[in-house]
Amino acid sequence: MADAVQKPGNAAPAKKAATGAFTPAGVSPSRRARHKYTVRLWAVRHSRFFEWFYHRFAQGFLLLHPVWKLLGYQRVERPITFVERHVKGFLFDCRMCGQCALSSTGMSCPMNCPKQLRNGPCGGVRANGNCEVEPDMPCVWVQAWKGSQNMAKGDAIMNVQKPVNQSLRETSSWLRVTAEAAAAREAAAAGKDA
Amino acid sequence: MAHIDENPLGPHLPLDPLPGHSSLGRLERVLRRGEFAVTTELNPPDSANPEDVYERAAVFDGWVDGINAVDASGANCHMSSVGICALLTRMGYAPIMQIACRDKNRIAIQGDVLGGAAMGVCNIMCLTGDGVQAGDQPGAKPVFDLDCMSLLETVRIMRDNSKFLSGRKLTTPPKVFLGAAINPFAPPYDFRPYRLAKKIEAGAQFVQSQYCFDVPMFREYMKKVRDLGLNEKCYILVGVGPMASAKTAKWIRSNVPGIHIPDSVIARLEGAQDQKKEGKQLCIDIINEVKEIEGVSGIHVMAYRQEEYVAEIVHDSGVLKGRQPWKREPNPVDQLVAERIERTRQGVEQNQQQMAETAAHHPH
Repeated sequence: MADAVQKPGNAAPAKKAATGAFTPAGVSPSRRARHKYTVRLWAVRHSRFFEWFYHRFAQGFLLLHPVWKLLGYQRVERPITFVERHVKGFLFDCRMCGQCALSSTGMSCPMNCPKQLRNGPCGGVRANGNCEVEPDMPCVWVQAWKGSQNMAKGDAIMNVQKPVNQSLRETSSWLRVTAEAAAAREAAAAGKDA
Repeated sequence: MAHIDENPLGPHLPLDPLPGHSSLGRLERVLRRGEFAVTTELNPPDSANPEDVYERAAVFDGWVDGINAVDASGANCHMSSVGICALLTRMGYAPIMQIACRDKNRIAIQGDVLGGAAMGVCNIMCLTGDGVQAGDQPGAKPVFDLDCMSLLETVRIMRDNSKFLSGRKLTTPPKVFLGAAINPFAPPYDFRPYRLAKKIEAGAQFVQSQYCFDVPMFREYMKKVRDLGLNEKCYILVGVGPMASAKTAKWIRSNVPGIHIPDSVIARLEGAQDQKKEGKQLCIDIINEVKEIEGVSGIHVMAYRQEEYVAEIVHDSGVLKGRQPWKREPNPVDQLVAERIERTRQGVEQNQQQMAETAAHHPH
């Protein structure tokens, strides 16, 4: 059983309990590193910029494909993962699921949802747009919907996402996307030659 | 006269498959015929006594087209939905097996789908499930390996492609009618119709909504749904239910996530002499309003701890229009079980050596 005494912190349940509102037990499946969501919400507000930036960034990464190949994708995996974790961790509270869906979720990381939903909000969203499980957190999917409205390719939120492949956790999705794009490009080139 | 959903050769025989139907169940037949369907929810017992399930199911006899076997709703421990379905199908009821993603990973879920379909479950309802915090075991590990959308897709792939999610083949696919849940009453409101579109794309054939107390809001939602043409691709059942008192309604509003109750409803209950009666009347009034909305194919009556009122509500609202839902659905394996029991009763002895010999010459 959870502690009867509510500790302040994470979602400050004690304060919430004092107002008489529904307070879930002081346990959350997705413990957060930070107490505020300022950066995450800022990133969603600027989703159009991040979409543009990531597009350029992915192109750059693809240009560097010969470099990654020369060094070996295996060997660069660790340093790139380190950078990716910290950059995306700061901006989006990234959880390193290894199969980034930010472009289809309005730059709001769906792995921050306590139910880790990747296909839209659950039915428990509060009237004020906050999470059912963590009453102080703005629902990841309410944010995702807002973010996707600003994006040029925001319609990607309508795509049905595949279940998470847990064996890809803690790996770099930047490198995977690059390797896949390079493989697709080579396959297309080979098809043209034939 | 034989019931319309009955095998012409006798009521004890299973139904023949109909063209275009994905299950052998009666719920699908009723919906596809364009009749107004009624489903309800069985309050799962906290006991290991099968009688408890049968007693609770008996009050719905002849009033509903399907009974939801809930999967630990509100994250509280109860008898499992697979267990309830095993009991109900054995007695010839038509359960709707709920699967929540909260407690099981994709390995267990796919196994349950096969097991359920083998027991004679014709309807499966795919849900995400409440967070573990909402229930009586907040220290449990929340699994959420799949979400409702990928669960729908998984079961659809199993049924239509005869394959597991991994691509491994199934020898007999589960013939099930796929359901999902909708909640038009929670933000982001303008995304909700698109979410239904996503669920339909993933495989939903019918949906049951969360409690509807705000009819104007639901009307607005249905308008958008009709504009997207979704009501033609999927049957929409509206969730309704009686509130025992204004106090209960207030408690539910602030404690159960995802239920939206407008102030006018609470005011109406508070103003009544007999709040319980008024709650029931309110439920009937809402049914009468929503059944007229274009695109609504039925109702889902959730009368938690007031199950005995379901029949009354269905009767008083007149949604069945004189139709009587079928009471007993023969299980495809009934005959096999009867034969087995008969042989045991006759005392036919098994010759182990002979059986081993036969098996040796007919390897699988």
